[in-house]
Amino acid sequence: MSTAELTGQYYDLHEHDHPEGGSTMLGFWLYLMSDCLIFGMLFATFGVLGGNYAGGPGPKALFDLPLVAVNTAMLLFSSITYGFAMIAMQNGKKNAVLLWLAVTGLFGATFLGIELYEFNHLIHEGAGPQRSAFLSAFFTLVGTHGLHVTFGTIWLVTLMVQLAKHGLTAANQRRVMCLSMFWHFLDVVWIGVFTFVYLMGVLR
Amino acid sequence: MISTHQNWTPLLGRLGLDAIPHEPIVIGTFVMVCLGGLALVAALTYFKLWGYLWKEWFTSVDHKKIGIMYMVLGLVMFLRGFADAIMIRSQQVLGFNGSDGYLNSHHFDQVFTAHGVIMIFFVAMPFVTGLMNYIVPLQIGARDVSFPFLNNFSFWMTVGGAVLVMASLFIGEFARTGWLAYPPLSGLAYSPDVGVDYYIWSLQVAGVGTTLSGVNLIATIIKLRAPGMTLMRMPVFTWTALITNVLIVISFPVLTVVLALLGLDRTFHTNFFTNDFGGSAMLYVNLIWIWGHPEVYILVLPIFGVFSEVVSTFCSKRLFGYSSMVYATVVIGILSYIVWLHHFFTMGSGASVNSFFGITTMVISIPTGAKMFNWLFTMYRGRIRYELPMMWTVAFMLTFVIGGMTGVMMAVPPADFVLHNSVFLIAHFHNVIIGGVVFGVFAAINYWWPKAFGYKLNEFWGKVSFWCWVVGFWVAFTPLYILGLMGVTRRMRVFDDPSLQIWYGIAFLGALLIAAGIGAMLVQFAVSIWKREEYKDESGDLWNGRTLEWATSSPPPEYNFAFTPKIHDLDAWADIKKKGVARPVDGFRPILMPRSTWAGIVLAGIATVCGFALIWQIWWLAVAALVGLVLTAIVHTFNYDRTFHIPAEHIAEVEAARTAQLAALNKGADA
Repeated sequence: MSTAELTGQYYDLHEHDHPEGGSTMLGFWLYLMSDCLIFGMLFATFGVLGGNYAGGPGPKALFDLPLVAVNTAMLLFSSITYGFAMIAMQNGKKNAVLLWLAVTGLFGATFLGIELYEFNHLIHEGAGPQRSAFLSAFFTLVGTHGLHVTFGTIWLVTLMVQLAKHGLTAANQRRVMCLSMFWHFLDVVWIGVFTFVYLMGVLR
Repeated sequence: MISTHQNWTPLLGRLGLDAIPHEPIVIGTFVMVCLGGLALVAALTYFKLWGYLWKEWFTSVDHKKIGIMYMVLGLVMFLRGFADAIMIRSQQVLGFNGSDGYLNSHHFDQVFTAHGVIMIFFVAMPFVTGLMNYIVPLQIGARDVSFPFLNNFSFWMTVGGAVLVMASLFIGEFARTGWLAYPPLSGLAYSPDVGVDYYIWSLQVAGVGTTLSGVNLIATIIKLRAPGMTLMRMPVFTWTALITNVLIVISFPVLTVVLALLGLDRTFHTNFFTNDFGGSAMLYVNLIWIWGHPEVYILVLPIFGVFSEVVSTFCSKRLFGYSSMVYATVVIGILSYIVWLHHFFTMGSGASVNSFFGITTMVISIPTGAKMFNWLFTMYRGRIRYELPMMWTVAFMLTFVIGGMTGVMMAVPPADFVLHNSVFLIAHFHNVIIGGVVFGVFAAINYWWPKAFGYKLNEFWGKVSFWCWVVGFWVAFTPLYILGLMGVTRRMRVFDDPSLQIWYGIAFLGALLIAAGIGAMLVQFAVSIWKREEYKDESGDLWNGRTLEWATSSPPPEYNFAFTPKIHDLDAWADIKKKGVARPVDGFRPILMPRSTWAGIVLAGIATVCGFALIWQIWWLAVAALVGLVLTAIVHTFNYDRTFHIPAEHIAEVEAARTAQLAALNKGADA
């Protein structure tokens, strides 16, 4: 074998640029899993402390299930509309993407509004996060989820501006994908919250 | 948002003039640090280095420069952490026969807490992260990490955490709780001042950086390996880095949560870990060790990787039992998650739970033992060259095995009931952390310094440092084993029993020897920098290395490899050398590289200010910093222009110079 051939075997002599963002999806998944652990720990904390009412009110007295069910529906609908945004993106329809993202944002904001109303109501009833370990764990778990939705909404608005400005470029499509994963992830976490905190709490 | 603190003001929160310490020792240190800082700033200004530092280093996204900055951070904090150590040792030798020593309890408790926190989070972590950052992309034939901006940001977040710890020296105080800040002691009721808040927020800020750098390096190793480098052809150091970063991503979120909950308890009076209203302090201890035990493997696994590289290089052999080494690393990674309870056998979980965790703990010594034998069998009939990295490796093997065995002793729950919280434990974990991590970092520095800077480190001073360290370690910590067996507990400031003083005296002597070792190491660095022309290595491969980092020039060009190598075998560079593959010298193409960015250092700076504001409960500043953080991040996302091409002509120039350098070297060898 000639020297040149050998060199060609051991070095990539005709390399092309690696497109940007090849690791983004994997990286974002990894980040989501680390975030998932944050929720996992908060669930565990709720599991350990969730029965420690310290003489204060328990889930049965506090939770307004119909309201929480409506709230759950808001978040589930927002996931569906985000899905529509993804389909629109695959069809290359920028305005439809923007529309569906806006609808998603509205559902998200409604969810946050209802959650804030619920928190406010609980605190005014004297069932604030300081009342018992159960309530500390409840407010922290649900509040952390709410904080995530808040940041997701800020991200969503930012992304809409970027889409309007630069269109469906490769970079923007990646960003829409990442936010999509983030949004659905929060939805999945909420399913856990609704089941383990609210439904099983009322059964407790 | 109400503070119970009496002196809270809207403008400055809890911060007031009383926050500035009045003790002479602290004031003296403060003056020294101020003078030193001023001298540094003046020198940088005089030599007009600010622009250079900002452009070439602070905003750089080059993994090699970030790696070096991590090492510098680790070294600086190491000196601080060691100053704490020598204070502990001298206080404990003085605090006998009714003497109070020279540190009051308020001060002493902060010193031992800061020592632990700094050594783990701001010395060992930056060192291993720095090594991984520098070496991994080179070993896998990549040009940078997957997310170069994130890498820069992670580094500055780690710096931000370190800045907060250092600030606590002069503004307010640090925690007085021990390095893991167990409640209820660390709760508001027993630690009402800012010490624990400094602890929480410095670790939170640094923790964000650590988690993101974990994500980054996993993605890098999975996605950016050179063609042909299958997982089982990865260098062992890269394998250990992969498992380490998996551990980081799976464990640091736990630390984030547990510190956040403690912070909520302290700031907003929730009841997670309080004694009343249903809180559970035991929950904290469990959670923090679910992070804490994997953490020790996060520190030591990459170091095992370093030793593997060093042993095979300096024995000029392929590593014995490569695949068993990989499996042992994976198994240690998994097992590290099911042993956490051995840190508190005495809490009263019952015999069956304690037995389970005792057995899993003992089981971990099996894969570790397998590694030890692999290194020994690599050395067996190898042509061993006792250069400095190899000396550190042998010292590690002797020291670490003994540290490991005392660990297995304490894995037996009944024995642990006797030894728990005694200085035997202190001796054990210093035995594995100094004998493992610290020796390994020194091996790595001596091994890779020539790669990073293009010249070798001075051997004489390196050997002085080596002998002072190794002998000093045993003189300092053997007495603690003996004292521990006698039942002496840790974190004591003064002693009633005068017969113990001799042991603390010996331990102090050991600490002085270690101090001499550190001094010799600094001299080693200085002499080597001074005589860098004399110690120059032009080959880029002075140890006759086996992995790809040795295929580049020393220091490597910013793009690492002009052509990405194709991998056909384990030990890719040894393979290329054996086959006599000629280095490609023409046909260069432009290379796409990431651009430097201001965003990392600015974002981390704002996060640090936010942390400071939260510590002192300066709410307006905290909110402003948080808003600033979000806005700056948003502004950064509007920058789509993050890459640039290095022109082919520039690469041709750099590579031609390298070709000439190698030709001159060969000529010299022939003549």
